[in-house]
Amino acid sequence: MNEPMNETLLRVKNLSVSFPSPKGEVTAVKNVSLAMGKEKIGIVGESGSGKSVTGRAILRLLPSYARIEADQIVYQGHDLQRCSEKEMRRIRGMGISMVMQDPKYSLNPVRTVGKQISEAYTIHHQVSKDEAKVQTLKMLEAVRIRNPEQVYRLYPHEVSGGMGQRIMIAMMLIPDPGLLIADEPTSALDVTVQLQVLAILDDLVSERGMGLIFISHDLELVSSFCDRIIIMYGGRIMEIIEAAKLQNSRHPYTRGLLNCLPKIDGDRTQLPVLERDDAWLGDDNHNLTG
Amino acid sequence: MLKVDNLNVVFGHGADKNHAVKEVSFLVNRGESFGLVGESGSGKSTVLNCISGLLSNWYGSIEVDGAPLSHKRPISFYHKVQMVFQDPYGSLHPRHTIDATLKEPIAIHKLGDANQRVERVLSEVGLGPQFRFRYPHQLSGGQRQRVAVARALILEPEIVLLDEPTSALDVSIQAEVLNLLQEIRRERSLTYVLVSHDLAVVSHMCDTISVMNQGETVEIINREQLQTGELKESYTRQLLVASRGYDRQAIDQFQDF
Ligand SMILES: Nc1ncnc2c1ncn2[C@@H]1O[C@H](COP(=O)(O)OP(=O)(O)O)[C@@H](O)[C@H]1O
Ligand SMILES: Nc1ncnc2c1ncn2[C@@H]1O[C@H](COP(=O)(O)OP(=O)(O)O)[C@@H](O)[C@H]1O
Ligand SMILES: [Mg+2]
Ligand SMILES: [Mg+2]
Repeated sequence: MNEPMNETLLRVKNLSVSFPSPKGEVTAVKNVSLAMGKEKIGIVGESGSGKSVTGRAILRLLPSYARIEADQIVYQGHDLQRCSEKEMRRIRGMGISMVMQDPKYSLNPVRTVGKQISEAYTIHHQVSKDEAKVQTLKMLEAVRIRNPEQVYRLYPHEVSGGMGQRIMIAMMLIPDPGLLIADEPTSALDVTVQLQVLAILDDLVSERGMGLIFISHDLELVSSFCDRIIIMYGGRIMEIIEAAKLQNSRHPYTRGLLNCLPKIDGDRTQLPVLERDDAWLGDDNHNLTG
Repeated sequence: MLKVDNLNVVFGHGADKNHAVKEVSFLVNRGESFGLVGESGSGKSTVLNCISGLLSNWYGSIEVDGAPLSHKRPISFYHKVQMVFQDPYGSLHPRHTIDATLKEPIAIHKLGDANQRVERVLSEVGLGPQFRFRYPHQLSGGQRQRVAVARALILEPEIVLLDEPTSALDVSIQAEVLNLLQEIRRERSLTYVLVSHDLAVVSHMCDTISVMNQGETVEIINREQLQTGELKESYTRQLLVASRGYDRQAIDQFQDF
């Protein structure tokens, strides 16, 4: 199951990322390959497994000291490794957008949310200010904000966590990207609000025919939300599996992750502890992180 | 063992007044593991902070072994009741070794045998002697939480209050810490009050569970009710549905409470 069902949007081949450190190069991501179409694909793994670095490497959002190697990173015919910085800015927005976990880091604290969303629109569309505002209000409505005119004038610190994440989604989707990378977009929210935000994202992604890369540490959530799941450990892909077949996975790491979760229907005996195996990391497992 | 009766906490004044805990009552029997579950801001930590003596702006009554607690706690109280916090980074002093952290309560309570006590409690929480002279930043998140548990155990309390003890940990580390907590409770016949936003965690750890929302008790249930779904309150039913993962249709039925 390594190929998407429909036309390929994004193809990554043998992506590796390392960072210099006082103790030598630290490998954060090693030989990651994936191909995806207009589908919801999840990247799951424990902290430090390389999920965020993978997402950021695709969009070239890593600091300049990061060493990135790949045989191929192609988005709809664009070779992202060879794009100029100017072409890249066009792609980040109309091509691929990224939503982060905490809107506080991505929103400018001294500008109203309305201004920021409409700017995300005018960067890519030549329209009047009034037209940009109309589009912004429409987008706020699309993320189910009931009083868009009022929210338009608010500053980031004046909105709740759930609304902040919906605003981020509005800002990332207004340029109409073909692919959204959402990095733990709802992990800081209460479970019911989290699901409501995901439902909005889900509806928009299917209405607009987008692809979605959903990064999360929550295997159960991802398996109920996505079509396919990439399981990462120590910067490597352990397996790519259809969400519907997750429970039948035979990979020991995936099984370990599933089994160590406490369950409402469980029998309350000791939780199985995950045994890690260096063999999962291939032959060069020194320099390992995570 | 622990009885909380009509507990109330009000923060702030005037327009900023926030009635964070409203008429909360529950009873925890000796040796029982009692859960408090609810979304963030529902008042769970505030209830624990009142019991542990961290907060004193409460009214109502809290009894331990039939004796009502006052706002100020005598030193002997801490031999009975100890607390473990969510964030093992924030709750350990960064410039104290594990040894110093664990010896501090021994000195305050003039217990003696400090070295022996430290060795014993470290091995009880599954940390070898090599960890004893390390600093918090030299430990992983799971190891730090083991130290926090060790610090709570060193005074040999009867009741341990656990505030989201595994929420900051990866699931595999969470499993190890939950196993440790269960083992210790069995061996020491401890009474737990465990706070979590995660229904699966409280259901795994607790017999009786109080569901909280906006400072109020929604209902008190047992874990079988979570398994059968026989719940009185629609708030609890919604939490249960949400805990099962993403279900597009179910989400449309969600209400605001
Ligand atoms: N800017 C950076 N500089 C150095 N190391 C980094 C940087 N970003 C991430 N790393 C390291 O790369 C590894 C993978 O990190 P990350 O992708 O953020 O993990 P996660 O799966 O939790 O998102 C970690 O060991 C992390 O410490
Ligand atoms: N020390 C404090 N001062 C003022 N308000 C507080 C304080 N602690 C908690 N609160 C408020 O009390 C309410 C309940 O908070 P808390 O008990 O932390 O909830 P929970 O632990 O369920 O997430 C929240 O509205 C919170 O903002
Ligand atoms: Mg990350
Ligand atoms: Mg709390």
